[in-house]
Amino acid sequence: MSLLEVENLRVTFDTEAGAVEAVRGVSFSLGRERLGIVGESGSGKTMTGRSVLRLIRPPGRIAADRMTFDGQDLLRASERQMRALRGKRIAMVMQDPKYSLNPVMKVGAQLTEGLRRRDRLGANEARRRAITALEAVQIRDPERVMHAYPHELSGGMGQRVMIAMMLIPGPDLLIADEPTSALDVTVQAEVLSILDALVKDRGMGLIFISHDLRLVGRFCDRILVMYAGRVVEELEAANLMQAEHPYTRGLLNCLPRIGGTRGALPSLDRNADWAV
Amino acid sequence: MSLIEIQNLSVTFDAKGRAVHAVRDVSLSVPARESFGLVGESGSGKSTILRAICGLAPISAGSIRIAGEAVRDPRGKAFARRVQMVFQDPYASLHPRHTIDRTLSEPLAIHGIGKADARVVQALDDVSLDRSFRFRYPHQLSGGQRQRVAIARALMLEPEILLLDEPTSALDASVQAETLNLLARLRDERGLTFLMVSHDLAVIDHMCDRLLVMQHGQAVEELTRDDLAAARMQTDYARALFDASADRMLEG
Repeated sequence: MSLLEVENLRVTFDTEAGAVEAVRGVSFSLGRERLGIVGESGSGKTMTGRSVLRLIRPPGRIAADRMTFDGQDLLRASERQMRALRGKRIAMVMQDPKYSLNPVMKVGAQLTEGLRRRDRLGANEARRRAITALEAVQIRDPERVMHAYPHELSGGMGQRVMIAMMLIPGPDLLIADEPTSALDVTVQAEVLSILDALVKDRGMGLIFISHDLRLVGRFCDRILVMYAGRVVEELEAANLMQAEHPYTRGLLNCLPRIGGTRGALPSLDRNADWAV
Repeated sequence: MSLIEIQNLSVTFDAKGRAVHAVRDVSLSVPARESFGLVGESGSGKSTILRAICGLAPISAGSIRIAGEAVRDPRGKAFARRVQMVFQDPYASLHPRHTIDRTLSEPLAIHGIGKADARVVQALDDVSLDRSFRFRYPHQLSGGQRQRVAIARALMLEPEILLLDEPTSALDASVQAETLNLLARLRDERGLTFLMVSHDLAVIDHMCDRLLVMQHGQAVEELTRDDLAAARMQTDYARALFDASADRMLEG
């Protein structure tokens, strides 16, 4: 049975100029696998991810024919039920650790806060679990990191701390929104392999949101390509090079390649029909 | 003689009494009409080299020569007519309360160049921006359009050298392609020399003839484009960077 089912998801923002639909009828289902959602700025990929946790603020509105997580109806769940899901069963990693960690709180305090308040653990036990989580994301000196403020960590370390924090409650689904875009390529590879190992070892589902089609192609099992709030193509990552939709093909082709010809890069001619 | 000659450049910042060596003993030379790339991760000192050329970072040792002449402090108007820079973030590098027209005509006013009206219109045409953008403000433009304005501004004084600091890393893939195409076209039309910084090896490979891999402020390895394509790197670090680049990921 699938972990997450989304049918005909719509996210609408009521603005002075009328309703703007950021997501227009997206459907997908997710098992314990790695699903990639790819698109450019404004394609609705982030809004799709946030909708699953119902983290869209007014004037944004979420509507769907069906949205269930592990048999539970996310559309009808009370705010209280949603809070019980968020973090504990569905976790989210954001793009930039600089903006997602509390800058005036030590990492240790941030990591243990949930354990102490949500799970009512004692200080020592919470600390022990936090250190285990930091070790799981391959932080070599967890004691030092526990006592550090976020600005004292590099981007890669900060992102690992974020991932550690999300993994402490042992969620069934992790939504990672551009988790490696702020990182250097070699660090990016490390963070991805950590995520990959965690998905395999814990049997988690993963929604990996990114603008980078090649990265998603390498890392995920299945890919949704979004354009203007719609899924224009869904494909197995292994078949990425055989993508058929002109937008997916355009995204693949417009990237420069090492050792490629140095002629003009093919530009992406957006076809108005794709958005319909 | 090369157009840009950097010899044993070091840049040291003073952070609360502690010396931070951002660039250590880096040398490179770029002949006229060649494009040279600097690649490395955050903190490798690649952007600092560009900033040192412009006088935005303190040179603690070594020398920078442009067409045989050592750069002077302050850099002065003659330098500005020869060397211009395009920054990474088009959201931060344009004055938010100046119209595009004002942004583009300011260098002309400073340098006492006439026919500003015609030149601004021409500059918009050159970077394929519609003339209707002329009296708009930066916040009314997309990231790619802003980066076109930043490129147009850099070209207003008809420089020979463009210093490009991650010019496309804030842009979507398709907009990156358009911007790289624009830069390549302008380079061909005007015989420009590029010194370009990027963390993306594929972008550098597409645009540059030679490149220098940097790490922790030091030069690791200089490669030609052919070396890179054939994976003929000597150092482990350059190879790690090559293996990790997204372009390789798909084939691996």
